[in-house]
Amino acid sequence: MKKESNRWQRWVPWALVAIFSLWVLSTIFPRKSKGEYNIREFAEIPVLLNGRIQPIDSVARNALLVFQGKQSVAITNAQGDKVKLPAIEWLLEVTTRPEIADTRPIFRIDHPEIKGLLKLDEQEKQFTFNQIKEGWGEIEKQARRITDLKIEPEVRTPFEKGIMKLNFSLGLYFRLKNSLQPESSGDFQEEISVYRDNIKNGLVALQKHQSNEEYNEEDLALMTRFFRRYQMMSQIAYPLAVPPRDLKTNPDGWVTIGGSLLESMRSGEIHPAVNAFAAMSTAYSKQKPADFNKAVGEYKRWIAENFSKANGKGHRESIFNYFQPFMKSMAIYVLAFILGCGYWFRWSGWMSRSAFYLTFLAFLVHTSGLIFRMVLEGRPPVTNLYSSAIFVGWGAVALGLILERIYKDGIGTVTASAVGFTTLVIAHNLSLDGDTMIMLQAVLDTNFWLATHVVVITLGYASTFLAGFLAIIYVLRGVLTKTLSAATSKALTRMVYGIICFSVLFSFVGTVLGGIWADQSWGRFWGWDPKENGALLIVIWGAIALHARWGGIIRERGIMIMALIGNIVTGFSWFGVNMLGVGLHTYGFMDQAFKWLMVFNASQLLLIGLALVPNKYWRSFELLNQRGTEKPQRPSDPDSGELLKGVRQPRPAH
Amino acid sequence: MGKIWKALSSLWLTVILLTLAGVLVFMGTMAQVKLGLYIVQENYFQSLFVMWGPQGANWKIPIWPGGYLLGGLLLVNLITAHVIRFKFTKKKIGIIMVHGGLIFLLIGQFLTEVYQVESFMALEEGSSKNYSENGRRSEVAIIDVTDPQTDHVVAIPESMLEPGREIRHPQLPFTVKIHEYALNTEPRLYGSELRFISTNQAVKMNDRNIPAATVEIKAEDGSKGTWKISNWLAEDRLVGLLLTNYSSRLPQGFSEPVQFEHKGRRYEMSMRPERYYKPFQLHLLDFTHERYAGTDTPKNFSSRVRLVRPETNEDREILIYMNNPLRYWGETYYQGGFEPGDTVSILQVVRNPSWLTPYISCVLVGVGLLVQFLSHLVAFAKKRSV
Repeated sequence: MKKESNRWQRWVPWALVAIFSLWVLSTIFPRKSKGEYNIREFAEIPVLLNGRIQPIDSVARNALLVFQGKQSVAITNAQGDKVKLPAIEWLLEVTTRPEIADTRPIFRIDHPEIKGLLKLDEQEKQFTFNQIKEGWGEIEKQARRITDLKIEPEVRTPFEKGIMKLNFSLGLYFRLKNSLQPESSGDFQEEISVYRDNIKNGLVALQKHQSNEEYNEEDLALMTRFFRRYQMMSQIAYPLAVPPRDLKTNPDGWVTIGGSLLESMRSGEIHPAVNAFAAMSTAYSKQKPADFNKAVGEYKRWIAENFSKANGKGHRESIFNYFQPFMKSMAIYVLAFILGCGYWFRWSGWMSRSAFYLTFLAFLVHTSGLIFRMVLEGRPPVTNLYSSAIFVGWGAVALGLILERIYKDGIGTVTASAVGFTTLVIAHNLSLDGDTMIMLQAVLDTNFWLATHVVVITLGYASTFLAGFLAIIYVLRGVLTKTLSAATSKALTRMVYGIICFSVLFSFVGTVLGGIWADQSWGRFWGWDPKENGALLIVIWGAIALHARWGGIIRERGIMIMALIGNIVTGFSWFGVNMLGVGLHTYGFMDQAFKWLMVFNASQLLLIGLALVPNKYWRSFELLNQRGTEKPQRPSDPDSGELLKGVRQPRPAH
Repeated sequence: MGKIWKALSSLWLTVILLTLAGVLVFMGTMAQVKLGLYIVQENYFQSLFVMWGPQGANWKIPIWPGGYLLGGLLLVNLITAHVIRFKFTKKKIGIIMVHGGLIFLLIGQFLTEVYQVESFMALEEGSSKNYSENGRRSEVAIIDVTDPQTDHVVAIPESMLEPGREIRHPQLPFTVKIHEYALNTEPRLYGSELRFISTNQAVKMNDRNIPAATVEIKAEDGSKGTWKISNWLAEDRLVGLLLTNYSSRLPQGFSEPVQFEHKGRRYEMSMRPERYYKPFQLHLLDFTHERYAGTDTPKNFSSRVRLVRPETNEDREILIYMNNPLRYWGETYYQGGFEPGDTVSILQVVRNPSWLTPYISCVLVGVGLLVQFLSHLVAFAKKRSV
């Protein structure tokens, strides 16, 4: 009986790993598109936006993130089932079949006053363009008040913030609609052929008109209409979809479709890319999959031949988009965390092993995502706040896994999966601003300093958070459960101490490197800028912890409290200072983040309070207290500590 | 005596001082929201005590030890601890390196605070300059322009401008009397008379003070005249602002320097940003400002300059761009900014004799910490494997 259960326990962890590996792998390899349309190939088409080449798929996903915080649209299909409409298909609808797109619930509105203003259903959260369009004028009016009064983002009320966001979203939606063809164009391919035929005659008519000769009024009127139409389109179209005519003389000369059509007036020819897009749009709008696939295929071949670099970039980033490594590792971390916690209470080995393997699998996925991003950007791992969250998580998970290898007590796994999950959630929320691979300001455009200062300081954050999470485990397990044995508490103290050492090393070196970068770029090693002060606070915090420890001023519990304070200090340094709105390091205000940072700080203060509760209330120390052999006092020094020896944790039998 | 030494070198003192410093940094960061960077620097970090008084009151009390006091005490604590307790052993080498590096950093930063001079050089394409200007301090410049070849400049720093004060200088055959002085002013036009009204000191990061003064030149043979001078009248950018605001209502030649004669010599006087002359000239050949395609995000700024120094026969071209400054003549020239239109490049000029200290300190502390922690780790690993 026992053997059987052992066998069962042996293969479960591997089975879990196998299932999740398959799940991860299933999205890496490009699958054929499910429907009749070759959507996957269309998604890869490169365009230029935010100063970088990206697949049109990224444009669609980032727009949806801005609108509703999700990368796909929840719709009910013809059969009445709830399904997800992928971002790229939604974008195709928006550009070619706007009348359907207008019925998709993509605008998320939370503020009740905005719902009231637009006379929307209080219970709903997602709204369609048709539901909002009546009130668009009102939204614009409200937004104008905010911009006219120059109300800074930091001091806007939630209502004002919601208005500004919705106004921006509606504007973006309008721009997307006119990106591949003018919104009102029924048959864009046909329209363009008329335009092409008219260019020559139109120009002749114009010249004659200017030199007061007799001219064909119809030709000129048509020409003028086209001019107005494409001029407007060129001004509002969102991505620059048309590659430069000459890559050598003007490699950055991407233009919008409207812009290219205007340019055609000069050259008399339609750019091949415009023809291709027109063919795709028209085929999709008329629902002719064969024509669509043919047009996409031909355009992709043409791009690959003439713009192989852009084509490669579009292809790779599109794979990355479908892969979604961070979402996947997030899910696996959660499972690992639950299993890891379960292990402490049920003490079954398979849970611990599964948790460790799964955390390791999630870490591999996390790592591959990190490297994939680095390759796509051609940059070191951290370039903005979003990628710093991903990297903080990565570093903490790596350290946690190392701890697990050394101590093999499940603590490293639980901490690693918890920090990995939390930081990825933070990263996800930071990604809602839109493009996360945005180009870097001139002063940041240096791979050397990004690879040294930024990476080192971010590893400092990672290790401080890891120490803090270990302390959380110590306090929660010690006070609320009976699972904190003397050995475990000693081990935890060692871990926290060791990690604080690392965090001091990273934080100090990272801070000074930052100073040197500042000296290199504007001649000031130290300027008391909030971000610099935040980094300095981590260094001072670490120095206090280490010196207090060496001086015997704090012991086991003291170092745990210091680690909890470290969480607050690092939270302040990482996010808090960005919310002050002063200095050179302000990346923009994050409204939601402020609330959550305060919640986090409050939770840490609560834990510190819990840590200060006298020993007799710690459930893990109950046994010791009942024996009455020792007076309740602070836990022993980890190096000389005899106090808790002999206290054994009752283990449930296998 | 022994007790004092013990206290001065104790770890308790270290922890207390570090805690006070942590709180100071936090307070100083939060205070920046209201007070701005420069006032906070002076009040919190470059001071012995953080002073506080209710708004409008003319008294202040110390509420917290300031940066200089805490830094100094930490230095004393660190040095006494090493003198008294530490012995040089192989085990301690990491700790000694870390603390040596820290001492280096603290002293270096103190010297920087005291000796660093920051200025800027705004160069238009095709123009040259042999001086940089201080963006925060002004001076009254009195220039003997009699000789068409060379000007003789006597500059009176802003700190000497106190109302009622009479200033004499061996190279000036007359006395300069200050009647009025204001640190920061706003221009107002009354009829055709331009006045400079005193206003609050600039607080925000990118704001600056624009001073004005009323100055009289007094010679043995009587007064030469009393004039209003101000940076408003001397700096092109500010003059431009006045012109756009008041346009034709301003009197002719309002921005020309004050001119007077004494004993057959001609003088000009103006109030302008403090200048630092150099034995060489920088000539801006070309300024470029690249943006990412389809955006306004700057990709790179760079200035191609020609450096000409007759005394050493130097004449060469240099490209200064982001993160790649020119270090020359004990100064460093950074690509600081530009003016709208992309033809004027602003180079930030910093003279900092101790600029190298952070580099050395970073290596010392980094290696020291690594040595220390790795030796811990190795010992720990050995213990576990036994």
